[in-house]
Amino acid sequence: MNKVAVIDYGMGNLHSVAKALEYVGRNVSVNVTSDAATILQADHVIFPGVGAIRDCMAEIRRLGIDEIVAEVACRKPLLAICVGMQALMESSEENGGVECLGLVKGQVRFFGNVDAGAGSPVNASNSGLSDEQGNSLKVPHMGWNCVKQTDQHPLWQGIEDNTRFYFVHSYYVALCAGESASGLTRYGVEFTAALNKGNIFAVQFHPEKSQHGGLQLLRNFLAWDGV
Amino acid sequence: MALAKRIIPCLDCDKGRVVKGVKFLDIRDAGDPVEISKRYSDAGADEITFLDITASHEERETTVHTVEAIAGQVFIPLTVGGGIRTLDDIRTMLNAGADKVSINTAAVFNPDFVRDAAERFGSQCIVVAMDAKKVSLPGEAGRWEIFTHGGRKATGIDAVEWARRMVSYGAGEILLTSMDRDGTKSGFDLALNRAVSDSVSVPIIASGGVGNLQDLVDGVLTGHADAVLAASIFHFGEYSIPEAKRFMADKGITMRL
Repeated sequence: MNKVAVIDYGMGNLHSVAKALEYVGRNVSVNVTSDAATILQADHVIFPGVGAIRDCMAEIRRLGIDEIVAEVACRKPLLAICVGMQALMESSEENGGVECLGLVKGQVRFFGNVDAGAGSPVNASNSGLSDEQGNSLKVPHMGWNCVKQTDQHPLWQGIEDNTRFYFVHSYYVALCAGESASGLTRYGVEFTAALNKGNIFAVQFHPEKSQHGGLQLLRNFLAWDGV
Repeated sequence: MALAKRIIPCLDCDKGRVVKGVKFLDIRDAGDPVEISKRYSDAGADEITFLDITASHEERETTVHTVEAIAGQVFIPLTVGGGIRTLDDIRTMLNAGADKVSINTAAVFNPDFVRDAAERFGSQCIVVAMDAKKVSLPGEAGRWEIFTHGGRKATGIDAVEWARRMVSYGAGEILLTSMDRDGTKSGFDLALNRAVSDSVSVPIIASGGVGNLQDLVDGVLTGHADAVLAASIFHFGEYSIPEAKRFMADKGITMRL
């Protein structure tokens, strides 16, 4: 039995990811939990997240998830999704600046013009972000966009390069030199759509909502033993 | 290689059954929202919107089970709308497996509900649905008002102002329906769509009036829609989703093919 823990720290909808894992997994038991022992006993761990980073980090710290995630990353495969990926970084620009877990070196930045919409960027009708033709782009970045694979990580197995995945986010990861991106996406800027570091694989998109490509990535994760 | 525009089929459901009918030749149960959702997802739909029109509150339990069943088999984003009035309603739908909820009338009667919902659950899952109707006279600059009760009750609220306000309260997306066009098959109200889309930073889903594939193209290219919602043209098999996507792509629109 492949034991999978989906870390629950009270932020948002974890049922989608649990259902997708049950759908692709053979002989898999999925536990949505915040219990340290359950998470540490699992074979594979998912670190999801939605919503505002300040609230996420507050709950992560309050429940001691910060230490659990750090320990999991040393011992077994960890897949971080969306705000879960952002939480791994050193800090985020969101909510006026929030310190994150610092397991991967880099920052989380706003897509648009931060100066124009400081504090509540969605108010601005013009995000300040534009494509190569100069057309103004909406923020959040919501919908299906291409991910260019930049390595041969086992989690990409059976997934065509430039497959579209489903994104919904207003902030993106900018990695420091020395860290490894596994996938890049362009939306006004080129940003890290996937990264890897030892046992960690992290994605900005939602594999559980990305149909065939996303389900294949989850299948690959369940088959991955880490490093 | 840019962000794709989205096609979103919409299922109107009453007590767990799709109404208005869906005419796929090889579908066993034309009223089963799970089977139909799966079918649309397989055909390449970018998202599914499930609109609950069940009148009585007691029978909403059925809707929750339906959403659970869809979410267990369909792995593209699922929006649930209709009768979302409290934070508990939202939690129930998200727990059932919805990715977003769409708030309509409740937002008009209590705008702060949108703010509370976005703060609690995040803007990414809060869609504000607005039903707008043209109130300007011919020759005047376009002006649209928000209507409730299926377009019967005027609210006096300007549609563009309302969209701006809802976004400032945390709406992550706007589902914009033209009550003048809904059900007419004469195309989206492009001026309305463009006026709203150009006024806010979040994505706009155009809805109401699609009669053919060129209407979808116009919604994106002229109406500046980020996504197009349609029901009958897909339900009745007039056009398939792959056909619609191919047509739009041929007109230069980025699609997920």
